[in-house]
Amino acid sequence: MAETQIKNFNINFGPQHPAAHGVLRLVLEMDGEVVERADPHIGLLHRGTEKLIENKTYVQAVGYFDRLDYSSPQNQEHAFALATEKLLGIEAPARGQAIRVLYAEIGRLLNHLMNICAFAMDVGAMTPMLWGFEHREKLMEFCERACGARMHMHYFRPGGVALDVPQQLLDDIYEWCPSFLDICDDMEGLLTENRIFKQRTVDIGVITAEQCQDWGITGANLRASGIAWDLRKSQPYDGYEKYDFQIPVGVNGDCYDRYLIRMLEMRESIKIMRQVIENMPNGPAKSIDHKVTPPSRSDMKHSMESLIHHFKLYTEGFKVPAGETYTAVEAPKGEFAVYLISDGTNKPYRCKIRAPGFASLQATEFISKGHMLADVVANIGSVDVVFGEIDR
Amino acid sequence: MDQALKELGGYIRDNLGSSVVDAYVRLGELSVEIERAEVLRVLKFLRDDANCQFLTLLDVCGVDYPDDDERFEIVYHLLSMTHNTRVRVKLRTDEDTPVDSATGLFNAANWWEREVWDMFGVAFVDHPDLRRILTDYGFEGHPLRKDFPLTGYVEIRYDDEQKRIVYEPVKLTQEFRSFDFLSPWEGVQRMLPGDEKAEDAAEEEAK
Repeated sequence: MAETQIKNFNINFGPQHPAAHGVLRLVLEMDGEVVERADPHIGLLHRGTEKLIENKTYVQAVGYFDRLDYSSPQNQEHAFALATEKLLGIEAPARGQAIRVLYAEIGRLLNHLMNICAFAMDVGAMTPMLWGFEHREKLMEFCERACGARMHMHYFRPGGVALDVPQQLLDDIYEWCPSFLDICDDMEGLLTENRIFKQRTVDIGVITAEQCQDWGITGANLRASGIAWDLRKSQPYDGYEKYDFQIPVGVNGDCYDRYLIRMLEMRESIKIMRQVIENMPNGPAKSIDHKVTPPSRSDMKHSMESLIHHFKLYTEGFKVPAGETYTAVEAPKGEFAVYLISDGTNKPYRCKIRAPGFASLQATEFISKGHMLADVVANIGSVDVVFGEIDR
Repeated sequence: MDQALKELGGYIRDNLGSSVVDAYVRLGELSVEIERAEVLRVLKFLRDDANCQFLTLLDVCGVDYPDDDERFEIVYHLLSMTHNTRVRVKLRTDEDTPVDSATGLFNAANWWEREVWDMFGVAFVDHPDLRRILTDYGFEGHPLRKDFPLTGYVEIRYDDEQKRIVYEPVKLTQEFRSFDFLSPWEGVQRMLPGDEKAEDAAEEEAK
């Protein structure tokens, strides 16, 4: 029989593919159905965020952070608010910090719900998407009730939060918390021991702890590989040290472990949210230094000084003393950090955004090597990438 | 915390000698300025030394200071999960001088360095795959340089006759406006537009 010539061929995966989680273009070199080489082409959603921020005042810049990782906008704002506060040498008041923690955890739920549901859909499970998004909708309503916007909140400002939250909202969130644990149970019932789901995820896309450190992978992906590293515990900010919660850690570092970690993290988030509401301090929700935060509307009506402060803040903005800081938060996708350089004016001189998804996506190249084409989809889904933050 | 970082800075300086230009702690963060040629030696030391163990390279980024002789600053952020510390390593370079690539030490450096190349045009020696990463295919220029205009040079639209995307020079319907919001009353160092003579007058008065 004559020898058949077999040659590798290239597949263009994306950029318009639902399993590409946005606008990823992946050029795959295939040997039959096995991936030999994966070359992600990113940047299709590049909007020049860092350049734009250099031309905006500090408060105007907050809005750009929402649009990075649009599945958990508040966590990005958190990093920027903390970085600016560090350069200014101020701290948000206790109530502001508590509200930020509450909404950062809501952001984590928003993100993990989106990721788990989309991941389940990628590997063939339709129902979690329908169930999970119902609760995602409720979370977005909580966001809307706090600041008026469902997704792009523009809520965490340097010096605290934009607006205080009403007590009724806190009560409603508190009441909703246990019902979310039920939906977690339901979703785990659908997925965790599901034969098809396990066949698609167990031992697929294994990342070892050493590889995680070498590739700069952080967050749930790192914890799934067995390193108990969470900035909320190791370098606490905004009073995370006051709350009692656990860091779930995986063993194998495969897609299945990453899913399990996210599922457990959601339960821990609910725990934190309940503690925050139970111990919600009274007082102002934003710094009373009106050189940084705007005065209230009613003050402006009868106080000349407040009027001046308001005018100055919304034209010139506040000036930040020269200096530099690298401030990181534990965003749902991993370590999200802002490297902020101020030259003493009202605009950042340089604002480098360290997106966790960038490092995670970079690693898909070596994770996917030797896997089947269908597993590439599972890998991309499980490392949790959103192109808003990768392309910036 | 600050004291421990200072000691670590001193330790790094003692061990690396002349490779380290300066090491200081500001705002509770340790920065180490190094000689450009020694970057690999420094990063290797920081990764492998038992007292450092900065196993994770979190970020490589550039900063542009167009007025300086060596206008670009390349900044590496490293994290040690063992000691729960961070360190920032900085070096300077210009448009023509490439920097040694850290990809041999940290795989994570690959894309971050590509990004620096894309955004600032700083090349990295021995980088396995130094292509543009975030900008469009066939993009020209390095957008995060301070002399690159915010609006860019070209815009794209879909041409219905040619049935494809076409690139055209940027046409702004309204002139680009950049306001100088800085208050002139607070001793701003920068010259205000139209105020060029103020300094000369002050100098003459001093004479």
